[in-house]
Amino acid sequence: MSLLLAALALLLASGIAAAALRRRPGTSSAVAAIGTVAAAVLGLIPSVRVLVDGAAVQAHAAWQMPFGSLAVAVDPLTAWFLAPILLLSALSAVYGAGYFRAHDPHASTSMAWFWFQILVASMVMVCIARNAVLFLLAWETMALSSFFLVAHDKHKPEVRRAAWTYMVATYLGTACLLPMFLLLGRASGSLDFPGLSGAHLSPGMTTAVLVLALIGFGAKAGVMPAHVWLPEAHPVAPSHVSALMSGVMIKTGIYGLVRVAGLLNAPPVWWGVALVFLGIVSGVLGVLFALAQHDLKRLLAYHSVENIGIILLGLGVGWVGVSLNNPAVAALGFAGGLLHVLNHALFKGLLFLGAGSVLTATHTSEIDHLGGLLRKMPVTGVTFLIGAVAICGLPPLNGFVSEFVIYAGSFTGALTAQVWSGVVLAGVVAALALIGGLAVACFTKAFGVVFLGEPRASHAAPVRESGRLMTVPMAVLAVCCTAVGLAGPAALVAVTRPVALLTGRLDMHGVFAHAVAPLVKVSALSLTLVVVVALVAVVRWRLLAGRAPAAGPTWDCGFSRPTARMQYTASSFAQPITDLFAKILHTRKVLVAPPGYFPSGGRIETETPDFGRERIFDPLFSAASRALHPLLRIQQGHAQMYILYVIIALVVMLVWKVR
Amino acid sequence: MEGAMKPDSIINIALALALAPLLQGVISRVKAVFAGRIGQPLLQLYFDLARLSRKSAVYSTTTTWIFRAGPIVSLACTLSALLVMPFAGIPSVMSFPADLILLVYLFGLMRFFTVAAALDTGSAFEGMGASREVLFSALAEPALLLSLLYVSRTTGRLSLSGMLAQASVVTPGLILVLAALAIVYLCENARIPFDDPNTHLELTMIHEVMVLDHSGPDLAFILYAASLKMWVLGAIIVGMSAPAIAGLPWWLGYLLYLAGMLVLAALVGVVESGMARLRLVRVPQLLVAACTMAGLAFVLVLR
Repeated sequence: MSLLLAALALLLASGIAAAALRRRPGTSSAVAAIGTVAAAVLGLIPSVRVLVDGAAVQAHAAWQMPFGSLAVAVDPLTAWFLAPILLLSALSAVYGAGYFRAHDPHASTSMAWFWFQILVASMVMVCIARNAVLFLLAWETMALSSFFLVAHDKHKPEVRRAAWTYMVATYLGTACLLPMFLLLGRASGSLDFPGLSGAHLSPGMTTAVLVLALIGFGAKAGVMPAHVWLPEAHPVAPSHVSALMSGVMIKTGIYGLVRVAGLLNAPPVWWGVALVFLGIVSGVLGVLFALAQHDLKRLLAYHSVENIGIILLGLGVGWVGVSLNNPAVAALGFAGGLLHVLNHALFKGLLFLGAGSVLTATHTSEIDHLGGLLRKMPVTGVTFLIGAVAICGLPPLNGFVSEFVIYAGSFTGALTAQVWSGVVLAGVVAALALIGGLAVACFTKAFGVVFLGEPRASHAAPVRESGRLMTVPMAVLAVCCTAVGLAGPAALVAVTRPVALLTGRLDMHGVFAHAVAPLVKVSALSLTLVVVVALVAVVRWRLLAGRAPAAGPTWDCGFSRPTARMQYTASSFAQPITDLFAKILHTRKVLVAPPGYFPSGGRIETETPDFGRERIFDPLFSAASRALHPLLRIQQGHAQMYILYVIIALVVMLVWKVR
Repeated sequence: MEGAMKPDSIINIALALALAPLLQGVISRVKAVFAGRIGQPLLQLYFDLARLSRKSAVYSTTTTWIFRAGPIVSLACTLSALLVMPFAGIPSVMSFPADLILLVYLFGLMRFFTVAAALDTGSAFEGMGASREVLFSALAEPALLLSLLYVSRTTGRLSLSGMLAQASVVTPGLILVLAALAIVYLCENARIPFDDPNTHLELTMIHEVMVLDHSGPDLAFILYAASLKMWVLGAIIVGMSAPAIAGLPWWLGYLLYLAGMLVLAALVGVVESGMARLRLVRVPQLLVAACTMAGLAFVLVLR
């Protein structure tokens, strides 16, 4: 515990130091990056230790805050979320030092570093807090610090708009968390988490608590339809901040959901079904909207929504298993969901860092302007490819491990399911399959159009690979993706202790040993696949030995002068899919067809606005604003009037009190 | 652990490696008979593979190592898939619960690299084929997995080897699932009515157009991988529709399965002779129908 508190202190100290070094951006970056790495190392030690030996550590101190106490603890569930937070923070910080230098070495980034350190510290605090007041304070600090990071380029209007969207979404979420903790606290008489778990709630109360948790934490996690802030905020934030926010910050929403649902003795049956339903909606719609995007970072933001959907599918299967009293299904579902939390942090962090590297080199994240980058940026290209294969859930990388575990849970449950649970589990299988297929479509598009073929537009400056500070973190994450993919059984063993906290009263004896066995074979086959690839490559090399391959232009079916502009673009690649799902996506097209027999100057623009924003929140907010318009009359800008309001309020309260 | 490794599991793999290209020959021969032609030799694909592997290759200057890796990964994926494929009631070399997921996702990895290699050429035609391929297979994947979910539920087993060793009972559910799997089989193997392997117009192709630029040993790898994929998916369909063979002597089981594979190939030839390729906008409807049939079959069996 003391190591973790030391890590927090180190984060705060290096943040303040970085903020103080306003005049020297280079030193400021170095201080912040070194501070984060050191803090991460300090913090990872207790996290890993708790995961290995399972003994929770805690600390408790009195606090002047009403209802508050400085109760912190690290149990396996906390440790499971802490580990990716610390790892990705350290790598993002190192990358950020390179990123800021590459963009503008003289711009002052000291405040960005200060907020970055605060963000990391508050994420750690959210995970270790064991008191509702402390938790909410950390939660708000996290929201505020990430708001300032999103608004880093505040002179651009679209950045300010995105930051406000984020602010509104996160406060709507908090507005639900506050009453949720109050309901729990009133029932149990304590705001400390161990006390909260003793609360005896009526079924109606339980429903209220769970719904509030779903909205409050779901808004942070990016569950559809509360995802509107993700595709706005992720593209405009500095790339290492996007990586951190998308990779781990939105997972604090999942952490909150799991923690609060775990506090209740046994969530009702509808809870698992609701999570599966939300998972299907977020997963399928997330990947569909991702397919329709042609901004690389916006595309990745929608994929975060999709992956949160996959996590919810896993957790939903887990709670369905709890409802069915089936320990194997519960264990596999929770394990798959929690493993995906780790895996998504690894590959999404990697992909956002890769997107930032592309952005740094080409000054655009518009996919249709890019192409052929693999030659010029080999490290970014290869690591992005690894991230892309991983996020599609393909073997032999880590995404496959977690999706396999969720599938295994669904198949196991379907063997003995009744009608309702059978339909739910079949829904999980079909949704995962569809999401997987569409993700392959989306990432062959993203990787293929950005890194393969010929450049689609000429860039002002020659494109160069990013510096070591940026490529090394990407390489580390790529290695992590591969390692988790090949060591699936070890990952499953590591997640058993957090899962055991969620399965409640089920008898888990021998369940995990049974679940690990197939993963051992999966790992064996993944290794075999790697070996077979090498063998086939050797065969090809032998076959071609002594025969120099010829080089020529791409065969374009008799057309002798193919140009880079004739290549398929991201928009044309995705068009059959966006057309098929046009009823959902509502892609707007502006088409100026080339006129006449000798056509020139045609133009097409497509834009897919977010349905949540267009259909739900914009109408809702404008209706609310219309309804509240009359209240504007009391806001006149005269200080005297406001003082009058204060006096009236005071008098009313006085009368009410002495009455 | 369902089904320990037996020495004869290796025979399954050897059979697949040796006989997979024959299926293409059977299909072309059936089509030739229907068209009143003599047709190419049954072993034409073997001759093509032998000739291609003796040739050199031509590479576009646009391409990178991804283009060269595409055929290698494709072949490696199908070869690895053979390790989890049971045949004639003999369990696979590696059989474990939910191994079918790995099988399906190995084909996913194969598709990822085939599509990436196609996009690497920068050709508009290859991009077009790739774009269609990813859509159709994304819709075929739920149908395949829901069908396997049905089989898993009815047989009470989680591994492919366990599922396919059981006797199949003809029920409405099984018929629905076989219909769904037949659609998936035709779509995944790029056959009519989804794709026309013999068309001469690149604009209308799907799978063929993605591999236009490959030549020499690379093309041989792609053709061989495609016929192995056809063998694996065919073995699943034959395994589901074959009657109980548990009591039969092993050679009779093999004979039955091999006959089943050849009949399946002949049926593909009949379908190809009897109908034309669907309009591209109709293809998703057929695939969604396959998903619906598989889902319906599973719901029917839940009662």
